[in-house]
Amino acid sequence: MGNIFYGIEPSVYKSQINVPYQWWAGETASKFFMVLRDDKKILGKQCPRCGKVYCPPKKTCPSCFTETNSWKEVGPKGKLISYTIVLRQLAALQKKVPVAFGLICIDGADNAMLHYIGDVDVNNITIGMEVEAVFADDRNATINAISHFKPLT
Amino acid sequence: MAKRRVAIVGTGQTNHKSHRPDVNGQELIHEAVVRALQDAELSINDIDAILIGNMDHFEGINYVDCWSIDGSGGYHKPIMKLTTGGTTGSTLAIGGYHFVASGMFDKVLVIGWEKNSESDTTGAITTAFDPIWDRLVFAGAISGLAVEAQSYMAKYGATDRDGARVSVRDRKHACNNPYAQLRKEVTLEEVLASPMLADPIHLLDVCPRTDGACAVVIASEDCAETITSTPDWIWATANRHTYSYLGDVNWGELDSIADASKELFKKSGINEPRKQINVIEMYQPYSLAGIIWIEDMGIIPRGKGAEYIWSGATDMGGELPINPSGGVIACNPIGATGLIRCAEAAMQVMGKAEGRQVPDVNFAVSTGFGGCMWTDMILHGKNKPNL
Amino acid sequence: MDAAIIGIGMTTIEKNKIACNYADLAWEAVNKALADASITIDDIDNVITTSSDFWDGRTISCMAVGDACALRHKNCSAVEGDGTFGAAYGLSRTLSGDYKTTLVTAHSKGSESISSIITNAAFDPIYERSLGLDMISASAIQAKQYMNVTGTTSEQLALVSCKNHKNAKDNPYAQLPMDITVNDVLNSEMIAEPLHKLDCSPVSDGCCAIIIANADFVKKVKAKPVWIKGVAFCSDAYFMGDRDLTKTIALENAAKKAYVMAGITNPENEIDIAEIYDAFTYQELMWIEGLGLAEYGNAGKLLEKGIFNRDGKLPVNPSGGLLSGHPVIAAGLYRIAEIVLQIREEAGARQVNAKRGIAHGVNGICGQSHCVWILDKEK
Repeated sequence: MGNIFYGIEPSVYKSQINVPYQWWAGETASKFFMVLRDDKKILGKQCPRCGKVYCPPKKTCPSCFTETNSWKEVGPKGKLISYTIVLRQLAALQKKVPVAFGLICIDGADNAMLHYIGDVDVNNITIGMEVEAVFADDRNATINAISHFKPLT
Repeated sequence: MAKRRVAIVGTGQTNHKSHRPDVNGQELIHEAVVRALQDAELSINDIDAILIGNMDHFEGINYVDCWSIDGSGGYHKPIMKLTTGGTTGSTLAIGGYHFVASGMFDKVLVIGWEKNSESDTTGAITTAFDPIWDRLVFAGAISGLAVEAQSYMAKYGATDRDGARVSVRDRKHACNNPYAQLRKEVTLEEVLASPMLADPIHLLDVCPRTDGACAVVIASEDCAETITSTPDWIWATANRHTYSYLGDVNWGELDSIADASKELFKKSGINEPRKQINVIEMYQPYSLAGIIWIEDMGIIPRGKGAEYIWSGATDMGGELPINPSGGVIACNPIGATGLIRCAEAAMQVMGKAEGRQVPDVNFAVSTGFGGCMWTDMILHGKNKPNL
Repeated sequence: MDAAIIGIGMTTIEKNKIACNYADLAWEAVNKALADASITIDDIDNVITTSSDFWDGRTISCMAVGDACALRHKNCSAVEGDGTFGAAYGLSRTLSGDYKTTLVTAHSKGSESISSIITNAAFDPIYERSLGLDMISASAIQAKQYMNVTGTTSEQLALVSCKNHKNAKDNPYAQLPMDITVNDVLNSEMIAEPLHKLDCSPVSDGCCAIIIANADFVKKVKAKPVWIKGVAFCSDAYFMGDRDLTKTIALENAAKKAYVMAGITNPENEIDIAEIYDAFTYQELMWIEGLGLAEYGNAGKLLEKGIFNRDGKLPVNPSGGLLSGHPVIAAGLYRIAEIVLQIREEAGARQVNAKRGIAHGVNGICGQSHCVWILDKEK
């Protein structure tokens, strides 16, 4: 460390912000998660103005600033818009590398959702490939009720 | 002085509650935004820019401006985040004023919000204090406020009973405000009998934790006059966010509100604030502050605050009603709280305060409090300010 | 616009500035900016600090630098996000007529926290966060799609890294001056496909300060003004899945507005230099295109031709950019300070021939929200 303080020992105070959080999912996301958990079905929600179906669903359409009003069943198949294979064990990762993250446009939806790509040799993942949701065996009402998406080819 | 006049032309609030499990943060924000736009009879397409704020560690969301888009309406619009702790809401209003006064934007949407039910409020606030010097020994917000109250009481002989009178006032006023979280009258005895949190502050002397959002539309003179026949003109703003270690605070007087008041009144030619100001919406997080801070503002001589409160002068119908909305003791979604004060003051000037309207408001003052004994202030007026 | 930047101050950007806390960093940058403008703190009538509670690990993080930025007894405010946004608010306060001089600071010490966890907190807690994405993995998804659609190659991405690290050799403030080859980049650790270690900016410590003054004040001081001609910012949708990640609509909107303000109709010919938010190699190319400085999908080819080299037609990041030092939050303000030095012809060995330049900053995931500054030698 050299002599940065000219004889004074540089001290470091170590701590962490440790605040527990509970995020209310709200009516829209709660319904989406419940149906994922109980029925293994994926729901989108449609904007009455532009007609876009959002999955993951939203209460309001960002481009029209209008409340979405009708639920549509979508998927469980979809198309891989893009992906990455993470090889370094980054601190935020919940799983061991290699981890494949994909941006998936669910059939019947106009936007895309982030999730894992699995059941595949990561070297065989390609943009545009058909994928399908694989539901977790032990499901709670969260996005992890879907375990991952697996390629169909 | 500003180059062009700026006015508040619309306000919107959620019905503030302790928990809002039916909406997530973006959806809560959306409710307030829709109400503000409806009040101004504008659509989101009319808005040129958005300012939003909260306190990060209450919800644990990094880049709230970016995350808010579905609710705030910032899709393909300029959006920016300001955050200064408890003063965040008032800081945002002052930001909206400058965005418009600069000529960079004509119509700005300002949003303050908080879902305090989503985290441990005290745990998060504790991290505001200096990690090396203050954090380990001085936790949360209430301890600092209790020190202020004790110092004042030691100097001027005020009691917790005086404080309770302020709480009785604000809680009574809140019954007239359909948006307030706590709408129940209390008696002096009930306040004094409520649990002591940090001497001399009782449970019924302090603000609750709240989920809520507030939105305000701020416009340039040209736009304001086409939007409403009763714009709330912003005459001046002032703030002081001097940082201090807690040991360095001038406990018993709030220097920040004293300095900001002097500047605010000087800028706008207010010589006799007690006579010229018709209503104050004060960010008063606990009751005794309602006595101490009106002295610091120069409305009442030092040591005379309690007497003034007991006279009923600050009640509805009195000489200078304070907190017709019920104030912060009735409702405290922190990042929104300062903006609610601003919105309530604007509603008073615009004549839209309904059951809590003070008659014939010419000048109103709204304040923000937070950070390290910090203050923000805005002077609102019915008539156009001079340029 | 009737406002100019009259002073700038930067600390060196380092991996770990162990001898300084936040206030120490701000104190150095602020005093350098005051000295640069040949004014004293008494000439400053309001202050904007820019910081992040997440990066600083502190609620109300602006508190930590208040004293060092001399906001005592002054009006002030605090922006959270990139320094270009803090400066945009500072500009509005100067232009409002309420103030004559605004001091803007931005600081961050990435060394004191864990970047992956901090940036994971930018993901939606309900739908996304638990998956474990962070800024690098999300950007990798964007890079993959951009390369797929435009045909931009890993070699072209690597060239950005070579150019910027080489440029940094002449920037005494830069953290990572290096002579590297395309192969060095391609052989560096693959963190998240297609991004190698040398495609990613480091996490750094640093503070930057600038002083914005109105035209009347500029007349009264000795400082060399650099005039602010256009400033605009704009956000895209939040969720990555709501956007076409290969497009830069928000940046295009902001740039168009800034160009209109500055009277620029043909940016490719009218802009002499750009300091761009190159958090990743591919982003420099995408942002060049979004700023209208290259056709869509063509920035990689122009790069190969040397257009964006320091001696090229349009030098991009002659400072070395974020790839050579990335103090989050402060990074965009450093871009502004670099353009100021270039226009004043005080950029030393990294000096290019420039009368008018762009500085650019970003907030959010995969370039969601952009701020564009046009600075000029002439009023």
